[in-house]
Amino acid sequence: MSEEVLQQATPGLIPGSGTARAAKPTRLSPSFISWLQAGPMMLVFLAFFLIPLVFVVIVSFWDYNEYQLLPAFSGRGYTDTFEGCLAQLPDLCTIGKTYLKTLKLCFMVWAITLFIGFWVAYFLAFHVKSKTWQMGLSLLCTIPFWTSNVIRMIAWIPLLGRNGLVNSGLMKTGLINHPVEWLLFSEFSVVLALVHLFTFFMVVPIFNSMVRIDKSLIEAAYDAGATGFQTLVNVIIPLAKPGIVIGSIFVITIVMGDFITIGVMGGQQIAAAGKIIETRVNALQFPAAAANAVILLAITFLIITMMSRIVDIKKEL
Amino acid sequence: MREGRPRSFYVLAIFFAAYVLFLYGPMIAIYVLSFQGPQGGLTFPMNGVSTFWIAKLFQGTGIVDLGAAFRRSLLLGLVVMVLTVVLSVAAGMAFRRKFKAQSILFYSAIASLIVPSIITSLGISLEFRIIDDLIKAHWNENFETSMGLLTSGLGAHLTWTLPFGLLIMFAIFNRFDPRLEEAARDLGATPWQTFRHVVLPIILPSVIGIGLFGFTLSWDELARSSQAIGAVNTLPLDLQGLTTTVTNPDIYALGTVISAVSFTVISLALGTIHVLNKRQAAKGSDAGKGLV
Repeated sequence: MSEEVLQQATPGLIPGSGTARAAKPTRLSPSFISWLQAGPMMLVFLAFFLIPLVFVVIVSFWDYNEYQLLPAFSGRGYTDTFEGCLAQLPDLCTIGKTYLKTLKLCFMVWAITLFIGFWVAYFLAFHVKSKTWQMGLSLLCTIPFWTSNVIRMIAWIPLLGRNGLVNSGLMKTGLINHPVEWLLFSEFSVVLALVHLFTFFMVVPIFNSMVRIDKSLIEAAYDAGATGFQTLVNVIIPLAKPGIVIGSIFVITIVMGDFITIGVMGGQQIAAAGKIIETRVNALQFPAAAANAVILLAITFLIITMMSRIVDIKKEL
Repeated sequence: MREGRPRSFYVLAIFFAAYVLFLYGPMIAIYVLSFQGPQGGLTFPMNGVSTFWIAKLFQGTGIVDLGAAFRRSLLLGLVVMVLTVVLSVAAGMAFRRKFKAQSILFYSAIASLIVPSIITSLGISLEFRIIDDLIKAHWNENFETSMGLLTSGLGAHLTWTLPFGLLIMFAIFNRFDPRLEEAARDLGATPWQTFRHVVLPIILPSVIGIGLFGFTLSWDELARSSQAIGAVNTLPLDLQGLTTTVTNPDIYALGTVISAVSFTVISLALGTIHVLNKRQAAKGSDAGKGLV
């Protein structure tokens, strides 16, 4: 693309074109060049992200029957979703319970990935002094990110299954008599797999914030008599905050919309916000699926807005 | 004399090592288990060692039509890789100047990264369904569908890979010295020559990194493909389908084969980056050599 763009931008300057020297080159304006360069990416986002989002909102207000979309205004997608919610008060209806469970999963995964991510990043940024080692160890953390998520999920089966390594190990030591059932296809395995898959999204931004911290600030704190803990709380954490917020946004939005990890690791038994959408699509109830997508989007957006109050994302990249 | 390392170093080093073990341990377990003997099951202990299950995949008598899905995923991955590299480098160049839609493009990319994949996927599938309905209603009643690997599937993957490409480009140009380009211009280079002979060689290692992200993210993509890929399946989709039904080590064998491709691509890319960096270090700069 750039080649084309630049050639178009400077038609008179291509070497070998005989007229170039005589005629004054007709230069395109810089803003036009910017458009040519950025335009293709913008078009992709327009066609495959922005317009689809608009369709999600529109279709969420359409009607449907057993097998097709009916393009007529209807609130059925939403009323079906919230069915019985008023009648059952003060008890939570299905959708309320599902979102509560999703938020609970989200919170657990967030807390654990933040803890692990922070200390892994801290180790890499402050304790690994040589650049080569820093690169190597960062790469070690990154490589699994380039491999398949499903494989990293099913990888837990031989470890956590009824006859898996953990159970047989515990049986041998005599700690338990019967295999523990809640290790696999349970909330436990869902949280474990989500932490396994997505701690990376915490490590990278926090590490980025931490390597930018001026080491002399830490020395200054030390010289002024701060303990290690005081330095951590009053110097390092505030300066790493942008990374912490960006990492948190990544992890929370991924878990909020997840349906694959929750499906595979939960044995398709655990309900979650993303899973509702999948179920509705499989039942060909597209307006209901779209309505759920709009609700999920609104909640995700709310969370991000609250978090981005804390930090200006654009400045940090 | 050098000061010894603080105690916190050792605590955190052990923590880090445990994290790495946590990352790699389970994966290694299934790579080992995919070499189960023909009688072997889904868990340890190993029941003999063989390549029975891997061979079974390639015979096509196994659980999925591996060959077809493999070719589809590879084709899609390569197309996504090329487009991600080209579009990201072009847009990255654009971001070095101010232009009008700058913040729209930036926020689209960030939003595309963090809006839950299932929503993007659903949106694309709705978009294509509506296009199909329009074509059927107005032009061709027998029209099947415009959804497919290289239409809706490709678009879905690009919404995932392009934000990464763009962010990497930002990181590259953050530490790029614009004086190098000014020097080239002063020496009479055209904008294209400046890009081709000055900018591109310097950023090439990172551009290969973008390609690596483009291919691997597409090769393993699942959530966005799920609703948007149309009638055919990619390898990860086939693999996911197996998780609920399979009782044989087939699934581990398939996982091992998919990972082998990933690791080959990762090594190739990292190797190339390493060689390019070495070369740049060896003959990149003549500063201070007195060549005027």
